[in-house]
Parts: sequence; structure tokens; C-alpha cells
Amino acid sequence: MSPTIFLANADVRKVAILARLSMDEAGIEAARSQLSGIFTLIEEMQAVDTRGIAPMSHAQDVSQRLRADTVTETNQRELFQSIAPKYQGSPQIEAGLYLVPQVIE
Amino acid sequence: MTWEIVIGLEVHTQLSTSSKIFSGAATAYGAEPNTQADAVSIALPGVLPVLNKGAVERAIKFGLAIGAHIAPRSVFARKNYFYPDLPKGYQISQFDLPVVGQGALTIQVEPLSGSGKPYEKTVRITRAHLEEDAGKSIHGDFHGMTGIDLNRAGTPLLEIVSEPDMCSAAEAVAYAKALHSLVRWIGICDGNMQEGSFRCDVNVSVRRPGAPLGTRREIKNLNSFKFMQQAIDFEVQWQIDTLENGGKIQQATILFNPDTGETRAMRSKEDAHDYRYFPDPDLLPLDITPAILEQVRATLPELPQVRRERYIGDYALTAYDANNLTASREMADFFDSCLNEIGTPNAKLCSNWLTGEVTAQLNRDGLDITQCPVTPQQLSGMLARIVDNTISNSGAKEVFRTLWAEGGKADAIIEAKGLKQVSDSGAIEALVDEIIAANADKVAEYRSGKDKLFGFFVGLAMKASKGKANPAQLNEILLQKLAG
Repeated sequence: MSPTIFLANADVRKVAILARLSMDEAGIEAARSQLSGIFTLIEEMQAVDTRGIAPMSHAQDVSQRLRADTVTETNQRELFQSIAPKYQGSPQIEAGLYLVPQVIE
Repeated sequence: MTWEIVIGLEVHTQLSTSSKIFSGAATAYGAEPNTQADAVSIALPGVLPVLNKGAVERAIKFGLAIGAHIAPRSVFARKNYFYPDLPKGYQISQFDLPVVGQGALTIQVEPLSGSGKPYEKTVRITRAHLEEDAGKSIHGDFHGMTGIDLNRAGTPLLEIVSEPDMCSAAEAVAYAKALHSLVRWIGICDGNMQEGSFRCDVNVSVRRPGAPLGTRREIKNLNSFKFMQQAIDFEVQWQIDTLENGGKIQQATILFNPDTGETRAMRSKEDAHDYRYFPDPDLLPLDITPAILEQVRATLPELPQVRRERYIGDYALTAYDANNLTASREMADFFDSCLNEIGTPNAKLCSNWLTGEVTAQLNRDGLDITQCPVTPQQLSGMLARIVDNTISNSGAKEVFRTLWAEGGKADAIIEAKGLKQVSDSGAIEALVDEIIAANADKVAEYRSGKDKLFGFFVGLAMKASKGKANPAQLNEILLQKLAG
């Protein structure tokens, strides 16, 4: 069965940009082919008659448990920051902040 | 030809829980960077979110307060985007099944330009949904790097989305103020705008009357009502100028610069974020049973709109007074406490003092009503002495100043300062007789038709009584005696 949703390489490139993935042309072609396979599967599922069946938003039909609004966590900054990503051998931390490359909009 | 302005608001309110929406980390403002960023806040691999009951209850409370449908089942979704202050790479939010459905808020609009009368308007609220706040980026001096503080990451937010029902900056500001007052009134948000607890995004477009909606631009992150008004005024004028000069409006996200009073584009929506929403597999659907709904409903205080109508209907206050008194729950409660002391027939007097002298003094000292040094009991004690004619209005002001600065009781202050007004008609008559005798020429002028001199005699008599004569009584006796 061939998919009626046709995925072009341009679509794959757009998804790659949104997902911050760097892909070369061969990779894009491979991903297109794999994703098209997934769409074929979706086509098959969409052929099932689901009229009168409420959509599920989770695989398990149970509802969310709630926790009481109390503070249970303590300050573990030192521990967490000791495993922060390192750059040239030292963790990227200063004045208690995690340092990242500048993002300007 | 005229233009119509179309405005809709998205307001992010930080819910006043002690812990975060999906973890037990604290939400206190102003802590040292990252000391409240637990494993969930910093998105360590393998952690799972667990929903905070306090956040859900606050969302329900809001929904009930705006008469909205509360979804019996709502769903959390992942909103995917990349930004360093969002370490998971997605924000947990709600998409097609929000917890709060359509409701409405009635607002009192005070036209800003001073033209036109105040009026009432109902703004429809499309929805309100729960989501987590992001962290903060700090663009300081970090060798070209950006600092990230994740204390705020995971703070519960209720995003309240309105319909594009507002058609002026005045209406948008009135709506934002009413919403701000409501969330504080029902105790779900502290409303602190400097600390970012209440942040407004404003969608603005213009169109010719009857034409389809124009392209909108979204002004992000306004954290003061004054800036909101300035930003809308500037943006509307910019859009009109652009269109009248033959240009087109591009959909965009824009920022307002308070220093220049101008708006500028932040990013074009052409390359709009494709958020790829999908249900979060880490969270199950949120079921809100009728029992939970009733539990929350029982905690809801009398709403501002109801109290406003009660003040107008039962106490015959004007809509203007009722609005001022219900601007905050604390003010309204202060007013009610006063009435408990001196009785509802004195509602107007009490309202005048609260919205007049008390508010003015609070503003001068930079205080809010919860910090008022004069208690409802102290104020009522003084008001009771106005009602029974013990003190005049000017005497009352002096008592009030003393209460404010030194505390104490009205009766003791009246006694100590000798502020009791003279209501003994014999004493006032004697005083008036003396004045008439000593000013024969002026009396003659008055009697020959120079009515304006009446004030002159009142002034003399008041001075002679050291300001203590009962003004109404004094006027009456003076009129009588001057008539000859």
C-alpha cells in the first residue's frame, strides 16, 4: 500500500530544523523513506472505523494522581552543578548560573 | 474614514502555590539562582512530572469565578521549542482540552482621554489553561555567554485567553485591571507585576468598520498598566499610518520599549514556531469530578461583581464609589468592617472617607490598604462622632491625622485637642450678636443686598468660636440674625 500522504525532502528538512538536527542529503533521503513507512502505518490505522469512540490521550485509561502542594525538595544546586556540562575541563557555571551560548532575538 | 481597533489579551498569571506545578521544589521569589531548581526543574533524564493539586484547585476557582465550564477531563500537552531557559526542549501546557472553557468578565471602563462617561462591558474569555513557566536568561557579563537561572522553571501558570472583544486601550487596560483584581480577590495569584506574577500579551489589529479582521501583531510581556496603554496607543497609530501609506501589516511578535515609548518587531511570525503539540505521555488526563468542583466552590469568596451590586443596591452607593471600594478585596473588607461598627445607614459617609481621605493618605505614604495604620474600628469611632455632630468635618480631618500619625481613640483625641464643636445655640447666638454689633457697616451693606458678605460673617464667627461652632447651626443663626 503506497501512502496518500506524500512526504517530500523539503518537509524532512523543515522538521530537522525544528528539531535542531543537522542532516546531510543522504540522511534526509533515508529519513524521508523511513518516515514515509510510518505514514503508511498511520494510513492503515486511519482506515479503522472509529465513529462513536472517544479519542484517548493516553495509552492507559486511568486519571492523573495529584500531589499535595507542599515543598519537599531541598537545595541541591552544588550537586547538580557539579555534573554540569564542561567546557575545556571546567563546568560552565558562574554566580550560581548555568552558562550557555548567547541567544539573541 | 475611520478605523476600528480590535484587541485581545493573553494573560499569564503565576499561581500562588508553595511548590511547583510538577515537582516539590519551592516557588518563592528572589531566591539565590538555581537553589530552587530541582531535578525536574532542570530536566535531568528519567524524572517524571507529578501534578500539584493546589494548582488545579486554583484553576478551577478561576473558572468558577468567571462562570466558565470546567472540563471534567482535560489533557496536558507538550509544546515543543528550543530555548536555553526551557531545558526539556518542550513546555508542558494544555492545548485542545484546557481545564477552563469559555467564560466572561464584566468590566467598568473609564475612558482614558477624559472624553465620555464610564461604562460597563462584558469581555468573553475563550479559555484558561494550566502550564509551567520557563526559567530566566540573564544577559550579564559572562564572557559572551548567557546565564540561566531555573528557579522559575516549573512555576505554575494559568494562561487566560480573551476573545478579541476590546476596541480601545482604555478597554484593554480596564479588562487587565479587572482580571488582576479578580485573581487577587479569589486568592490564586499575588498579582505582583514587578515580580512577573501577572504578565500581559496584547494582540492588536485595526480594520475599516465592517471589514474582516486585520492582521494582528502581538505585544509581548507587558508588566504595567501604564505601559500597556502606551504600547497599544503607539501600535495602533503605527498600524494605521502603515496602512494609510499603502503598506501591509505582517503578523509579528513585538516588544514595547518604555524608554522610547515605541514598539519594535521581535521575530516575524512568517517563520512561525511550529510547536508540534502532542499529549504528554508522562501525564495522565486530569479528571475533575463534581465532588472536587463542589469542594472548590465552597472556598470561593463573594465575588467583586456581586459585592459591587450589593453596595449599589443595598447601600445606595454610586457605581463609581462601589467600583473604588471593590478594587481589592482588602479594601472591600475594610469597608464592611467599618459598616459593622457604625451601621449601614452611614455607608455613604464611610465610602467618602475611604475613597477620599484614607486613599489619598495611603497614596501619599505609598501604602496599600492592608498596611493602613488606622484600623476600621478607629476610623469608625471617628465617623460616629461626625454622625452625632460632636465634631465638624475639619475637626474630623484633624482627628484622622492624629489617628494616622499617633494612633489612639477618636474620643480621647477630640477631648485632648478640644475639638468638640459648639452646638449650644445660646453660645452661638451670643457670638453672632457680638460680631453683628462690631461690624455695623458690613451688616448694613449685607442688608442692602450684598449677599456675598455672608461668607465673611461665617468666617468671623468660625474664628471667634476657634473653629468649633457647628457649621449648620451657625449658618442658620447667622442668616436669621442678619436678616434683622
